[in-house]
Amino acid sequence: MTAQDLDALYQEIILDHYKNPHGKGLREHADRTAEVHHVNPTCGDEVTLRVHLADGVVDDVSYDALGCSISQASASVLYDLVVGKGVDEAMAIHQEFLTLMQGKGTVEPDEDVLEDGIAFAGVAKFPARVKCALLSWMAWKDATAQLVATNSPAGDGDKS
Amino acid sequence: MALEGLLPELAVIRKDFPILERELAGGLPLVYLDSANTSQKPQVVIDTMVDHLERHNANIARAMHQLGAESTEAFEAARDKVAAFIGAPERDEVIFTKNASEALNLVANTLAWAGPRQVGAGDEVVITEMEHHSNIVPWQLLTQRTGATLRWFGITDDGRLDLSAIDELITERTKVVSLTWVSNMLGTINPVAAITKRAHAVGALVVVDASQAAPQLPIDLAAMPADERPDLVAFTGHKVVGPTGIGVLWGARAVLDVLPPFLGGGEMIETVRMESSTYAGIPHKFEAGTPPIVEAVGLGAAVDYLGHIGMDAIHAHEQAITGYALQGLQTVKGLTVLGPLDPAARGGAISFELDGVHPHDIAQVLDSRGVAVRAGHHCAKPAHARFGVQSSTRMSSYLYTEPSEIDALVEALEYTRSYFKLD
Ligand SMILES: [Zn+2]
Repeated sequence: MTAQDLDALYQEIILDHYKNPHGKGLREHADRTAEVHHVNPTCGDEVTLRVHLADGVVDDVSYDALGCSISQASASVLYDLVVGKGVDEAMAIHQEFLTLMQGKGTVEPDEDVLEDGIAFAGVAKFPARVKCALLSWMAWKDATAQLVATNSPAGDGDKS
Repeated sequence: MALEGLLPELAVIRKDFPILERELAGGLPLVYLDSANTSQKPQVVIDTMVDHLERHNANIARAMHQLGAESTEAFEAARDKVAAFIGAPERDEVIFTKNASEALNLVANTLAWAGPRQVGAGDEVVITEMEHHSNIVPWQLLTQRTGATLRWFGITDDGRLDLSAIDELITERTKVVSLTWVSNMLGTINPVAAITKRAHAVGALVVVDASQAAPQLPIDLAAMPADERPDLVAFTGHKVVGPTGIGVLWGARAVLDVLPPFLGGGEMIETVRMESSTYAGIPHKFEAGTPPIVEAVGLGAAVDYLGHIGMDAIHAHEQAITGYALQGLQTVKGLTVLGPLDPAARGGAISFELDGVHPHDIAQVLDSRGVAVRAGHHCAKPAHARFGVQSSTRMSSYLYTEPSEIDALVEALEYTRSYFKLD
């Protein structure tokens, strides 16, 4: 890879989120939260992530992450994009980000939906780093799906 | 400024490795510092393998024709070359496997089965905290399956094995001690002879993972006093300038003879009846099925090549480059080397941390300058955990590494610091 490729990968926005991550740290909530721990076995990035839903809205996403700049910055961007959104809308944003990351650099990102997340368009060209960018997003989806499942009418949420 | 200990014909040796002349994207020269991961291949290995495929290809041992005889001869000649490379007391003690992991798994599996060396409940297996995962997981599986207990040596702050409790760790209950000769993460060279002597005193088997040692240290098993000589030694072909897909398990005949067969199949039998079979002697007893023939032939050419240059000279070269690299790395602000700082006490793999930049990002920026290193846990998660780090960056040199490549690494690390805006 060349110096230009490097700059495409490490957009200024990504480095800013890496140095000053938004929403970092694990936070407690009075009622039910779901917590997951995901790892990226190829490079060793790790995230512990908690989701709190209130009235069908993503009330909080808190996380503790160890890893490279790409994985840390994408957790920060995830926080900005999904907190305060309805679960369905947040899932749609998740899908948009996933499509961008899996597009091998051919997908034109929609800034209205992804905001700072468009900076990750360059990462999509580096197969080895796509997993770094998706780590916290996959963790969020996993945790959110667990919460939604336990809140459904079929379950009483008191799983032991 | 000539560095003392460098191979005198370094420029000629570099010409033997065609890949070192290729250009990377953007016209950058290759600075290959990932040899502990896999080494590059000299032309003679490539040519030997091509020649075998072009002129001598046939299955071995069973083909009743000229090509079969030539192929068998080439395969068995490779065994002789490997035996000479490690100073094996007997050439038939050299078993070809797929890689070092398979060699270690062969031992750990067959020790679980009925036989005079069988490991059972109440027995103990001792490993170390600095092992590669492939010398941890097989022993975890063995002890879990048999009810034996797994114990291990810890690591001191300066990256050496903590031998202070050796007499409590290696006891009458110990059936196996398995350790790495040279750490793939810390570079530490372990006192294999002293530990083997202690283990033999209690009747334990000693297994040595020589994956990082075989490429850099002269090994002469026959010259070692019997009580200090390990019983089993594993290494892989692709780290000693040979191809992938071929590994070696050397074992003392007395041990290999009493271990039960590992994989059953063609070539490993003496005779087969529907009720039961009898087995071939070593080495064939442990080589079921068609082996990686051309890979073995390539490995033979590889160890011949190293032997021709001389393992003492290669070791001296590695020490010179390692010393130069340790000096250079420590000029980089915020850089901490993990493992011993004395080049005489270590191999050519140097793992380090750089304050403020994650290893994956370091490796990425280095790659943009043509410098190839490894980033991550290097399949040694427990050793990283011991130093409270999740991953590290590792540079590793070999006989073709020249000082200017270390300069390029140091310069690229300075560039990395500026790229991530560290002061
Ligand atoms: Zn990463």
